[in-house]
Amino acid sequence: MRTLGPIDESIVRILENFSGPAPDALLPEVLLGAGVADGYHEYDSPIGTVFVAHNPHGVSTVALLENSKAFEARFSERFGRSIFPARTPPRVLDSQIRSALSVGAISHLPVDLRGLSDFAVAVLRKTSQIPTGEVRPYSWVASEIGRPQAQRAVGSVLASNPLPLLIPCHRVVRSDGRIGEYLFGAERKRQLLAGENVNVEDLEANAVAGRRYLGSANTHIFCHPTCRNARRITPTCQRWFVATSKAIDAGFRPCKVCRPHAA
Amino acid sequence: MSDANADADARLVRRLAGDIDRAFEELVRSHQDRLYSGIRRLVGNPELAADLSQDTFIRAYRALCSYSPSRVRQLKLRGWLWSIALNVVRSNARSQSRRPRQSQLLAEKIADTSSQPETRALNSADEKWWRDELTRLPTRQRTAIVLRYVGELSYAEIAAATKRPVGSVKSDVHRGLAVLTSQLKGKIH
Repeated sequence: MRTLGPIDESIVRILENFSGPAPDALLPEVLLGAGVADGYHEYDSPIGTVFVAHNPHGVSTVALLENSKAFEARFSERFGRSIFPARTPPRVLDSQIRSALSVGAISHLPVDLRGLSDFAVAVLRKTSQIPTGEVRPYSWVASEIGRPQAQRAVGSVLASNPLPLLIPCHRVVRSDGRIGEYLFGAERKRQLLAGENVNVEDLEANAVAGRRYLGSANTHIFCHPTCRNARRITPTCQRWFVATSKAIDAGFRPCKVCRPHAA
Repeated sequence: MSDANADADARLVRRLAGDIDRAFEELVRSHQDRLYSGIRRLVGNPELAADLSQDTFIRAYRALCSYSPSRVRQLKLRGWLWSIALNVVRSNARSQSRRPRQSQLLAEKIADTSSQPETRALNSADEKWWRDELTRLPTRQRTAIVLRYVGELSYAEIAAATKRPVGSVKSDVHRGLAVLTSQLKGKIH
C-alpha cells in the first residue's frame, strides 16, 4: 500500500479543516428530545408571569420570572440537569398547567418530585390536598403524615417547595395562626390568600386573640376556621377554642373534613 | 484518534453505565462537533446534517437506555456512535428517494452557524470544489475518508462503524486520497 505523499498530507489538512462547531440549537434539541433536560415556558399566574419547567416525568419547577440565564443557572445547580427554553409549550401539559396555576392545585397534572426524600414528598403531597381558600398550620401537615414532632422540618420542606403555586404551600400557616413566611415573600402569600377569598386580617386577628379553632354549638363539631364547614356556622352558634384539647374538653369532636389535630 | 480522546471516551462510558441521564449531555457535548461535521460532509446540506445528527444522538440515547450497564461499559463509543449515524444517513437517503424530508427543524437556527470558522480557512469556491470532489467519490471511500479525517476515527473504529474489515477500510481511505490527489493535480495544471 502506498504511503502518504506531501500532496496527500495537504489534502488531509484541508479535510480536517472541514470539521467545525455543531449548530448551537443541536444540543438543546437532542437533550429535550431525549428527555434528559427540562424545557421551560412562561405562564400567567395569580402573582404574575412565572417560569414553568417540565420534562417527560412531569412539571419539575415553578419560579418567578427573572433573567432567563440566571434562572437556567439556578435550575442546573439545584437539579443537576440542563434546562432550555422550550420552542413550543408542552403539548399535553399546556392546558393542565394553565388551570393548575389558576386554581393552585395539581389535580391530575404529572409532577416530577424525583430526588426528594420520602418525607419531603409526603409533605408536598399532603399540602397539595389543602383546598383553595383554606389554610392549615404546619403542625397539621406534620400530624397528617404521621410525624407530629416534625413541624420545623415541614417548614423547611415547604420553604424549598419546587412547585410553589401548584403545590399550595402558601396555604400552610404558622401553628399560632399567623400567616408566616413564604418562599416568594410574605407579601405574596397574603396576596395569594386574599385572591382565594381568605380574610387574612380576620384570620390573624383571631389567632392573636387565641381564636384558633371554630366549633358549632349546634353540631358540637370543631374545625380549622377556614374549613368549608366552619364557614357555614352561624355567628350565634360560633364557639372559639385556643387548642383542640379545650374543644374536646368542652364536648366537641374534630371535623372529619379538615381534621384538626392536637398541636 | 488520540489516546487522550480514547481515555476521555473510556471515562465517559463508565459514567454512562452509572447514570445515563447525567452523562448523556457530556456525550453530546464531546461528540457533536465531529459528528455533525462528518455527517455534513456525507450529506452536503447543513440543515439536513443537523437533523440527522439529532436523530443519531436520540437513537443512541434510546439504545443506551435499553443496554445493561455491563454492555454500556464495553462500548467503543466513537465507532458505535458512527455506526448509528451511518444507519441514519442511509435510511434518510432511502426515504429521500421516495419523498423529500421535512427538515425545517433546525433550519431557522442553522443560518447563523453554517458559515463559521471551519470554512473560513477555505474560500467558498474552493470549498465547493472539495465538496463536489468528495461527493464524486464512491460511497465507501467517501465514508471512510470523512470518518477518518473529519470524524477523527481510527481505522479500527471506522471498521467497527462500517462493519468492514480494517484492511478494506485502509485501502478505501488510500484510494480515496489518491483520487483526490489526482483531481487536485488536474485542477492545478
